[in-house]
Amino acid sequence: MRGKRKAYYASKVKRASHLLFYRRHKKPGVKGWELRKNLGKDYPQVLKILNDYLERLDLQVKTVFEGEPATEKTRPEQLDKARFFITLRGALTPKEAKMVGWRIDDLAGLAVTIAYIISRKGRAPRKEVEEILREKLPKWRVDLNLDRYIRYGYLSQDEKEQLYLGWRTRAEVDQKALMDLLLGTEKPQSSVNV
Amino acid sequence: MTEKTARISKRQKIKIGRERLQQIIELCRAVEERGLDPFLVDVDDIIAVVRKYFPEWENLEDLCLDAETIHRLASVIKLQSEWVKHRSTSLYTDPFLLEEKIRKLNKEALVEIFLKAWHPIVELEQISLHSLKNAFSYWQSLVPLSERWQEAVQEETITGTVSREELVKEHILADETFAEQLESFWEELKLQTAEKVKIKYWDFVGAESYEETVHRAYMTSFLVTYGYATLEVHPLEEEIYIKPNQKPISKPKSKEQLISIPIPINYEEWSKWRKGEQDER
Repeated sequence: MRGKRKAYYASKVKRASHLLFYRRHKKPGVKGWELRKNLGKDYPQVLKILNDYLERLDLQVKTVFEGEPATEKTRPEQLDKARFFITLRGALTPKEAKMVGWRIDDLAGLAVTIAYIISRKGRAPRKEVEEILREKLPKWRVDLNLDRYIRYGYLSQDEKEQLYLGWRTRAEVDQKALMDLLLGTEKPQSSVNV
Repeated sequence: MTEKTARISKRQKIKIGRERLQQIIELCRAVEERGLDPFLVDVDDIIAVVRKYFPEWENLEDLCLDAETIHRLASVIKLQSEWVKHRSTSLYTDPFLLEEKIRKLNKEALVEIFLKAWHPIVELEQISLHSLKNAFSYWQSLVPLSERWQEAVQEETITGTVSREELVKEHILADETFAEQLESFWEELKLQTAEKVKIKYWDFVGAESYEETVHRAYMTSFLVTYGYATLEVHPLEEEIYIKPNQKPISKPKSKEQLISIPIPINYEEWSKWRKGEQDER
């Protein structure tokens, strides 16, 4: 009986990893209702098993809730509307970040932009962000980078040129950790070689 | 004399009131759009102003201005509530303090911090046997560039002349201009109302076929819009009448306001009218 159950979950975990690793839509990740349709209503349990397994690989199943973040007790409707991703559990080293295609300037610009928008309650005029970035980056690169962050989903922009945090920032960036780290740093540390 | 003075002072009060409301709307809009501190807006003060001028409003425009002020104020109050909520969360940071920190840090330090909080998504883009098969069949059916980019051979065309009647026959030109059509339609309305001044809307637009009815309703709407005729709506009787004007009226009389009246011309309505028409006969 126990073996049957194990086999049942093993096949579901395989299916879940296929769904989550391979991109099926324009945006990566899978919606909760899609997982329910493909894996059955016990999909949260399947994801938990997969998450435990992925820990060994320094990966995790990340849940991004729609709108307000979920409280301790998550309702099934909230899970259905949420989007699930596989993300890195730990952190990349600067060298690794460069290897996956990010220049140090671009990453620093992204960090500043995200932190600035968070401090402005999740919304900031593009002009203000451009001003702060132009202090350390050339103008042409600032424009290019902001458009790139928008294209990748880190930011979104409305018709009034207001910038917001995009779906990818919500999925990838631990906003609280970023702010704590930024405010907790007193002196610049320039020991990183990229 | 006193009455006259009172009238002037009332007019002035209305003028000042309008200006105050406009200023409030602009302030609220600036807070909303430029992300200014919503607490710059003193809600109690604004409510007092709105309350002060409210008894003065008599016409619709002023009442709309009053409503817009309240609407804008409500948006600012929402922003204030969001502000308080954000301040109470663990994510609250003083923006000026953060800007200072960002200025002090060099880019290497910034990246090092960011990498500790960044957990990028792992995703794979793949090609499957199925998509390979599709791509192969697409390639097979694709016409070579040398054929696709061949210059189109232009055939020699012979020019000639065509008469207006021929163009009308080919439905390239209408046999009469829209203005002419409208004029003749107006004449028809005048003829039909020669004895009874006005006619029921459906009796005028209704025709043998549904298509013709729609066309007549379309023309009637222009008759009314351009001042060739007037619509009379009798809500209690649920009846609409149309009355021709002897001369087209370009502007409504003072104090009269232009309003749009949507009249559905659907197939069911037309069938109902047609049945009634036949029963009468």
